[in-house]
Amino acid sequence: MPKKISLRGTFVNGILAENPTFRLVLGTCPTIAVTTSAINGVGMGLAATFVLIGSNVVISMLRNFIPNKVRIPAFVVVICTFVTMIQLFMQAFMPSLYDALGIFLPLIVVNCIILARAEAYASKNPVLASAVDGLGMGFGFTLAMLLMGSVRELLGNGSIFGLNLLGASFEPALLFILAPGGFLIYGLLLGIINGLGNRRKHNKAIKEVKAA
Amino acid sequence: MRLSDIGIFLFFVNCVFTNNFIFSRFLGNCPYLGVSNKLETATGMGAAVTFVMGIASLFTYLSYSYILVPLNLQYLNTIAFILIIAALVQFVEMFMKKSLPALYSALGIYLPLITTNCAVLGVALLNMNSGYNLLESVLSGVFGALGFLLAIVLMAGVRERLESSDIPKAFKGFPISLIIAGLMSVAFLGFSGLVK
Repeated sequence: MPKKISLRGTFVNGILAENPTFRLVLGTCPTIAVTTSAINGVGMGLAATFVLIGSNVVISMLRNFIPNKVRIPAFVVVICTFVTMIQLFMQAFMPSLYDALGIFLPLIVVNCIILARAEAYASKNPVLASAVDGLGMGFGFTLAMLLMGSVRELLGNGSIFGLNLLGASFEPALLFILAPGGFLIYGLLLGIINGLGNRRKHNKAIKEVKAA
Repeated sequence: MRLSDIGIFLFFVNCVFTNNFIFSRFLGNCPYLGVSNKLETATGMGAAVTFVMGIASLFTYLSYSYILVPLNLQYLNTIAFILIIAALVQFVEMFMKKSLPALYSALGIYLPLITTNCAVLGVALLNMNSGYNLLESVLSGVFGALGFLLAIVLMAGVRERLESSDIPKAFKGFPISLIIAGLMSVAFLGFSGLVK
């Protein structure tokens, strides 16, 4: 049986300790592909959050009925149902975002974050906890996408959410919106976040030594 | 980018270099970063992906044009494609285990991973969106996968040498690999515009 953790702990876990993008390094394709602007990043993040919560809830409800041997195909079908729902919804109500996300919207099906949560969490935990886990993970993913999108849009276009921040004299470096920028910014952010994490661990260790 | 307009050579260049799956379409990044530690495993993964992507392109094309379109069920394409791919991968694995044991032991562990490789579902969706015919679909699957093979083998070559170099602790592993991928991607940007 998994450890008993509070719902709040489950929620925060997805945002910080196990942030899917910066801690677990899952779902890298959309992270690099659609974060050319902040709004695209957030749109992708929210779509994935919806799918995560939906699939986590349904898989958690069905966890005692799905035979172990065919669980992966069963999970995929559940995930796919929610992806098709969000895809049709976006096509109808947010056509510009739908076009911007393009092929990556149906590809949420194979986003490893969602299958990983289904396998590691929802198939072993009750419905409410699974919903909160989906919410936390989705939120963590959305925040990471927002961060990536903002940095890339700022460097590549001088703006965030279309708001011009750096003035007319700023010469935008188009490279950051193109493919290489996605890899570079992701690598640098990942390195910085690792560095901060290491320093925190280091400081904590020093404090513990001093206290002893 | 139809085959009849540009001929097979330019079609090949387009799939492998100009629209490389990793560097300009951002598909298949997870295996690209995950199994590019060693040259040997990277080659194995690349070969397995090539095999599956070719077959998957064929079967998703057939099922889309002869089952989904006549029944007016195009909106089920994602579900249909992923099930076909999952079933294919399973089938290929069983077939190889029985009749091609040497190849199976070489590719074996990578095969199940391919189901969740977004390049495979990606190529099926791209073929459908571009309105490719049967030949174009299969060729774009195989050539696209060769581009993936090229990218992952290049990356593995760099990462093998990286092991003995002095990298800041925070950048070890994924961060430095992503930065290298970024630099490679700059190089691949040079191919853009090659096929008009």
